[in-house]
Amino acid sequence: MRYIEPHAHMVSRTTDDYLAMVTAGCKAVCEPAFWAGFDRSSANGFYDYFCQLTDYEPKRAAKFGLPHYSWLCINPKESEDVALAEEVIAMIPDFLPRENVLGIGEIGLNKNSRNEMAVLEKHVNLAAENDQLILVHTPHLEDKRKGTQLIVDLIKSDSRIDPGKVLIDHVEEHTAKYVMDAGFWGGLTLYPESKCTSARAIDILENFGSERLWMNSACDWGVSVPLAVPYAAQEMRRRGYGDAAIDEVFYQNPARFLSQCPNFKIR
Amino acid sequence: MKPEEKQNTVELYFMEARAKLIDIAAFMDRVERDGLTDDFRYIAFKEALKELDTDKRTENVLLSLSDPTDELIPKATTKAACGAWPDKPQ
Repeated sequence: MRYIEPHAHMVSRTTDDYLAMVTAGCKAVCEPAFWAGFDRSSANGFYDYFCQLTDYEPKRAAKFGLPHYSWLCINPKESEDVALAEEVIAMIPDFLPRENVLGIGEIGLNKNSRNEMAVLEKHVNLAAENDQLILVHTPHLEDKRKGTQLIVDLIKSDSRIDPGKVLIDHVEEHTAKYVMDAGFWGGLTLYPESKCTSARAIDILENFGSERLWMNSACDWGVSVPLAVPYAAQEMRRRGYGDAAIDEVFYQNPARFLSQCPNFKIR
Repeated sequence: MKPEEKQNTVELYFMEARAKLIDIAAFMDRVERDGLTDDFRYIAFKEALKELDTDKRTENVLLSLSDPTDELIPKATTKAACGAWPDKPQ
């Protein structure tokens, strides 16, 4: 099979993971900016991180023949400090011309606070002003329903944003309809405990249609599975889906969304 | 979206679901044995089990464990989520 991993935090992973992904059929990997597991002490930390995402990590992936793309932002977990966020957002336009940048992400909310929302608005404005794709992180567990609705309502109200150029990630059964009905793309994240199992992700495809959904592993430094996407493809096969349907979900769908960015060139 | 060759869902998933059901039972026995039944997460868990008798079970279980309010909070005091809404009336 061939597939695209549309959301993976490869800076946290090993070269063994790169090898396993390529061996399983991965044709491109996309890496959103995220929380390092600790708060960065200054905007300089983000400058270094953006250099890592747009320079060093693509070179590391290239050693395995894997095209690497990135999304840039200050993540919602560090958005409580609005002054820091403003400083970081101000440096992003300098990185947008870099050849592996796909857009602004993963922005969004974490605990649904006022400051997180203020920083989300600044990111959406940045994307609108620079005609960028948007990748949105939705909150975890008990905060997801509320946060997803707040995010969808905010972005929907901005007439400069084409919903077809926005992917709302980490949707589950209680948020998928709200996202899809608003015209956005949705991401199904395959995690061992939180978010979705393979079986539930396929249920969501069957209930909501596969046209504007993709699956990702969102593998990072926590408990996560870099091969979760091909494992989900195997689960689809077990459920009776053929190669064409699997290719549509795991390759063509992400390629269709990501190709809206001229930098995304699949080989 | 539908599979080309529909499989028998019970055949595919019964053993896995059976194992998870027994794990839930064992978890509840363990919590009760340890006298932790007043933990808000366990109370929310037991409340969510009632949704298994509804039509949209998955969605309703998720909603039962969710913050039902719509307002932004003044300030984030933690980064983590715990899986159940701590302010749910008991």
